[in-house]
Amino acid sequence: MNVGLAHYLVVSIILFCLGVLGVMTRRNLLVIYMSLELMLNAANLALAAFSRFNGNLDGQVFVFFVITVAAAEVAVGLALIVALYRHRQTAQVDDLTTMKL
Amino acid sequence: MQDILFYVFAGLALICGFLVVANPFSRSPVTSAMFLVLTIVCLAGLFVLLHAFFLAAVQVLVYAGAVMVLFLFVIMLLDLKVEERRKLKVFSMVGGLISSGAILFIFLHHLLRAPLGEPATLPAEGGTIPLGKLLFTQYLLPFEAVSIVLLVAMVGVVLLSKKDLK
Repeated sequence: MNVGLAHYLVVSIILFCLGVLGVMTRRNLLVIYMSLELMLNAANLALAAFSRFNGNLDGQVFVFFVITVAAAEVAVGLALIVALYRHRQTAQVDDLTTMKL
Repeated sequence: MQDILFYVFAGLALICGFLVVANPFSRSPVTSAMFLVLTIVCLAGLFVLLHAFFLAAVQVLVYAGAVMVLFLFVIMLLDLKVEERRKLKVFSMVGGLISSGAILFIFLHHLLRAPLGEPATLPAEGGTIPLGKLLFTQYLLPFEAVSIVLLVAMVGVVLLSKKDLK
């Protein structure tokens, strides 16, 4: 059976769901952040597949923008995590309960 | 040949993606980061199979190179002790399984019912030249906007990492 659009989409969906699972279950801020990157990558794969099988390049340009913005986002997010660690000496979400009633 | 490569890369990407999220042998963030690098490299392979050569190069250079080095740098900087085995919260476990299962179900359900149609007769070739032409003509404004986003991010990071953050 020839590999088509559906195959790529299924891989992308499963990767996205793994990312969701990681965000929901892991307790370490850095690992949660990596799961977010996994979800972004899954979306990128879907966009590139759509672009290939529709015969126009707009999807790939969009992936390019997603990668750029993700790089900026990672830099800011990690700086926030480092600043948080300086104040609280922890990177576990369980210990960050200031806003809990 | 291409089909075999697809299955190899896709299978490796899924296995490594699973090991990022739930590694039964180690809970250290460094292991997760390493498996994320592997996932990203496998995805770059899939991009090559999709003829998105420029994206594959950018994926390896920017993601596996810059972003993951940043991740590892922060992990080393924080010097996280080996995470003691905290009890997995049943609530978050169940919540995570239900939400990701629901997303999986909805997507697959619609994928199976949607008519995907015929693939284009002339599939897109994502070399550097066509992509660059598109980027500097039709998408010039977003391209410039992204440069401002990067500048703002840089200023923000410098500000955030100052010692006396109030």
